[in-house]
Amino acid sequence: MMQADLTSISWLSLAIWLPVLSGILVLLLGGDHKATLTRWLALAGSLASFLVTVPLYTLYDVQDGFFQFEELLPWIPAFNIHYHLGIDGFSLPLVLLTSFTTVIVVLAGWEVITKHVAQYMAAFLIMSGIMIGVFTALDAMLYYVFWEAMLIPMFLVIGIWGGPNRVYATVKFFLYTLLGSLLMLVAFIYLYHQTGSFELADYYLLPLSMQAQIYIFIAFFMAFAVKIPMWPVHTWLPDAHVEAPTGGSVVLAAIALKLGGYSFLRFAMPIAPDASHYFSAAMVALSLIAVVYIALVALVQKDMKKLIAYSSISHMGFVTLGFFMFSQLALEGAVMQMISHGFISSAMFLCVGVLYDRVHSREISAYGGVVNKMPVFAAFAVLFAMANSGLPGTSGFVGEFMVILAAVKFNFWVAFFAATTLIFGAAYTLWMTKRVFFGDVANHHVAELLDLNKREFLILGILAILVIGFGVYPQPITEVMQATSIEFLKHMAISKLPVTGY
Amino acid sequence: MTIKQILILIPLLPLFAAALVGIFRNYLPRWAAHVLTIAGVGAAFVLSVYIFNQTLSGFTLNEAVYTWLNSGDVHFEVGFLIDNLSAMMMVVVTFVSLMVHIYTIGYMEEDPGYSRFFSYISLFTFSMLMLVMSNNFMQLFFGWEAVGLVSYLLIGFWFTRPTAIYANLKAFLVNRVGDFGFLLGIGMVLYYFGNLDYATVFQRAPELAEVQVNLLGSSSWSLMTVTCLLLFVGAMGKSAQVPLHVWLPDSMEGPTPISALIHAATMVTAGIFMVARMSPLYELSTTALSTVMVIGAITALFMGFLGIIQNDIKRVVAYSTLSQLGYMTVALGASAYSVAIFHLMTHAFFKALLFLGAGSVIMGMHHDQDIRNMGNLKKYLPITWITSLIGSLALIGTPFFSGFYSKDSIIEAVELSHIPGSGFAYFAVIVGVFVTAFYSFRLYFLVFHGEEKWRHAKHDDHAHAAHVDAPRDDGHHDDHAHDDAHHHGLGPNDNPHEPGWVVTLPLVLLAIPSLVIGYIALEPMVFGDFFRSVIFVNPEAHPAMEHLAHHYHEFMHSPAGMAIHGFTSLPFILAASGVLLSWFFYMKRPDIPAAIKARFIVIYNILDNKYGFDSFNEKFFAGGSRCLGNLLWKFGDIMLIDGAMVNGAANTMGKIAARLRNLQSGLIYHYAFAMIIGVFLLMTFFIKIN
Repeated sequence: MMQADLTSISWLSLAIWLPVLSGILVLLLGGDHKATLTRWLALAGSLASFLVTVPLYTLYDVQDGFFQFEELLPWIPAFNIHYHLGIDGFSLPLVLLTSFTTVIVVLAGWEVITKHVAQYMAAFLIMSGIMIGVFTALDAMLYYVFWEAMLIPMFLVIGIWGGPNRVYATVKFFLYTLLGSLLMLVAFIYLYHQTGSFELADYYLLPLSMQAQIYIFIAFFMAFAVKIPMWPVHTWLPDAHVEAPTGGSVVLAAIALKLGGYSFLRFAMPIAPDASHYFSAAMVALSLIAVVYIALVALVQKDMKKLIAYSSISHMGFVTLGFFMFSQLALEGAVMQMISHGFISSAMFLCVGVLYDRVHSREISAYGGVVNKMPVFAAFAVLFAMANSGLPGTSGFVGEFMVILAAVKFNFWVAFFAATTLIFGAAYTLWMTKRVFFGDVANHHVAELLDLNKREFLILGILAILVIGFGVYPQPITEVMQATSIEFLKHMAISKLPVTGY
Repeated sequence: MTIKQILILIPLLPLFAAALVGIFRNYLPRWAAHVLTIAGVGAAFVLSVYIFNQTLSGFTLNEAVYTWLNSGDVHFEVGFLIDNLSAMMMVVVTFVSLMVHIYTIGYMEEDPGYSRFFSYISLFTFSMLMLVMSNNFMQLFFGWEAVGLVSYLLIGFWFTRPTAIYANLKAFLVNRVGDFGFLLGIGMVLYYFGNLDYATVFQRAPELAEVQVNLLGSSSWSLMTVTCLLLFVGAMGKSAQVPLHVWLPDSMEGPTPISALIHAATMVTAGIFMVARMSPLYELSTTALSTVMVIGAITALFMGFLGIIQNDIKRVVAYSTLSQLGYMTVALGASAYSVAIFHLMTHAFFKALLFLGAGSVIMGMHHDQDIRNMGNLKKYLPITWITSLIGSLALIGTPFFSGFYSKDSIIEAVELSHIPGSGFAYFAVIVGVFVTAFYSFRLYFLVFHGEEKWRHAKHDDHAHAAHVDAPRDDGHHDDHAHDDAHHHGLGPNDNPHEPGWVVTLPLVLLAIPSLVIGYIALEPMVFGDFFRSVIFVNPEAHPAMEHLAHHYHEFMHSPAGMAIHGFTSLPFILAASGVLLSWFFYMKRPDIPAAIKARFIVIYNILDNKYGFDSFNEKFFAGGSRCLGNLLWKFGDIMLIDGAMVNGAANTMGKIAARLRNLQSGLIYHYAFAMIIGVFLLMTFFIKIN
């Protein structure tokens, strides 16, 4: 009985609209003069929004590789557009990651944001709902609306609460993403003309000529590669991160990048499977460039946020690498890498935030010997640095390990270059750790530092538990994606080229 | 309690102690730090001994504890493989760790990081146990990297010292280079064997012995050779084999107890343990074994030479560790896996003893580590003196001491081996015996005998007098000239004192096995059945071990017989002449070494620069990566992508927009003209189509 009642609730709609409504509520009721109320309201909203996503996990049927929790309503009947939602094993962990990260972001901005508190909190709550919309939409137009809508709160976050060079960063971000998205829209319209619907399932079954698949793949690639970002369309990310406030960086790294990765799995690859195979060598090459080239660039960064941003790009290289080797181990490793990177990059940016709030500098050279004054914080920072270097026992290891092992089977030299992350990843992360945290107290700013307060301890503590927890026992995450990845690979193995009788 | 629960408790007890002490170190009293961790490690030791006893009566276990993750038909599990090899390692690890825990109470007494230190060494014990107890490659890699993490934390324990935090970063990165190969090796295993469980892999190995793989172009390689060499790269990192040895001497920046535990007795032997564990794979590739042997021989010989010119007491012992690890690796190459493990065990005891003895000397000398300021300490530190002498005698392979049995077996095994490279390896290990004896007793004589040199060393400045005024100051003493907090040195009128029982008790307890363990364990471990079901040797391809056993039963009959025979053998003669020569040089005629040094300054400089490995790595790899990174960033990202493409596109857009703006002139006839042209074009288009 209870089970039946629970499954009849529209969990996905709740997951999308509860944070959006909470965001609106915060806007209406909150304000700078009642900042405390605003914060608690935002926290309550984000916690409630997180809680409604938990049943998605507990009620999810891990044996079923197809969409679950589906909701289907007509939206714009004239164009056959539907409000169609559903999740599978790839989107489920990402939805949970999104709702969880929003709680962290609200907590992270607690005392730090004093200007336009209500707008800040509301932006993140609304953004959270929209991003869950991207992860759950099964109608191309609905997806596209969410995809584009997500940019607005992100622009506001960087543009209002960002650093001094924020205008350049937002414009760059805007130009990059817009160019890609427009091509994606063209692809959707083409597919609409072919099928008469925006239904994703129809696209999956639509036979397409190789040429059409190649165009479609390229159009999607332009949209998604920018978002992930892949080399060479990555240069917006470091600038955006540097200018964004801590919360913005966290959302950007933890979730926004995953929109691109997820969309490859949801659109580009299953709609154009033959083109995906056709481009796989190129995609693998671009991923390896991301892993090696970007890691070397990360090594010489002087700004902590830039360094972590480059490190994100390098880690996302494993995601695309895993996608385009077409094996279950690689695929699940790639999704695992997305989730784990969500925790670790959040934690790294939060650590920079902790220092920035106190000293107001992101330069590595402005620090040194922080451990002397902030031992508890340094312990967390070293833990997350190790996770970022992919140490076994942390979640950062799992995805990389799976992808590298799968790569040996794909091609030894691909694995060879991918595995250099063991060296470079450790080099840039630990070298930064050394310069910032170890050594003697470098200057009077460092000498005046105070260790973590309770709120910061709570945030980093939760993330630390997750990073270690999923490193020691990743099965809860991989188990939900098993059936889906099997179905996905089955689908990818079937050619969509029209059968022609020559 | 079932035996499986006991096995789970063995690594978890030290882990819990480490977590408890680490997290609550600010709330727990100081004594709780050592009581809790010693209780954890002590219990793990007792339980390990129990398990060891079980295995002696034939108990083995290979069982998963939990599923880490499943992906398709690949299953990653965390589990234990308990047999004679892992049980022996567990006992050695927990015993040495327990000794070091007790010793630390004295050594770290005044350190503000007291609790943190205990937390780390307990965490290390957990990691090392996970490594040796593992039944699959995934968990092996976990333990492998986890011990690397703790090593990183402990080398950089005094995190305000620039050299310490340089050394720990270097250690971690060099180990990562090894792990890079190791991970690829694991990838090869998973690809070709379809599984990461030892048992399955070893069972399938013979079927795959002939498989060839193409890596570069059309040249094909034996799968086993490639896999074994990749795995061995990992062992080279962890067990500090040339050229990945560079991190170990620098790791001496860490406190002495961990030099004993991690950088001598246990962690650095992980590579040896791994290769022995993988014997069913290595036996299938003579090429891999040859490589292993040659690398080990190079390490054994050339690292020994470096020990001769060191003046820092810990660094002498560190280079001797490198050299002894080379010996073990040579034994592996000769297919004498059981001998390598035997030497691993004896070495764990006597080297931990030597390091802890060195630590006791350092405490007595008030943290002066320069052996040129010591002398005649036998008078002041009698227990340290006797135990260090036992350790040194064991190290140089004096008959009846533990080191004799293991080292002599290695030398004979190499002599009997006929794989390519064994000739060079035999030369290296034989010369190594002389070198080892020479530098070990140079240290021993300079520290414990002769005149009390600290009484003459200038100490006006007290802090770093020993280093600044040292006559042969040549650069690498700035290594320790900075840490005034720990380097006091003795005043001319001070007398050194032996530290308390917490320091001397572990010395005595380690001296006992250093004396007798070789005599006891030789027959079962090397010539008996102890490792029969664990270590696989292919007697047709690699008969050295069989010949060795035959030789032993024919001529030696018993450990005592072997020792007596040892007195007339070449290694003993070489060792004795090494001792004699060092006595002559450093006790009788101290002017000779100085003269030799002046005469052969070129060789001295090569040795002093450690053959140039460090400066090459620093310039080529570290500098090269930074240079390349800067190039890619400034040229690739900023100039090409951002400059030419992104901002270029934006500028072009701006220019086009400016042109387009001119079109919107506001004049009706311009628009009308454009419309007419447009209509005309559209009409043409439709007519064409129709």
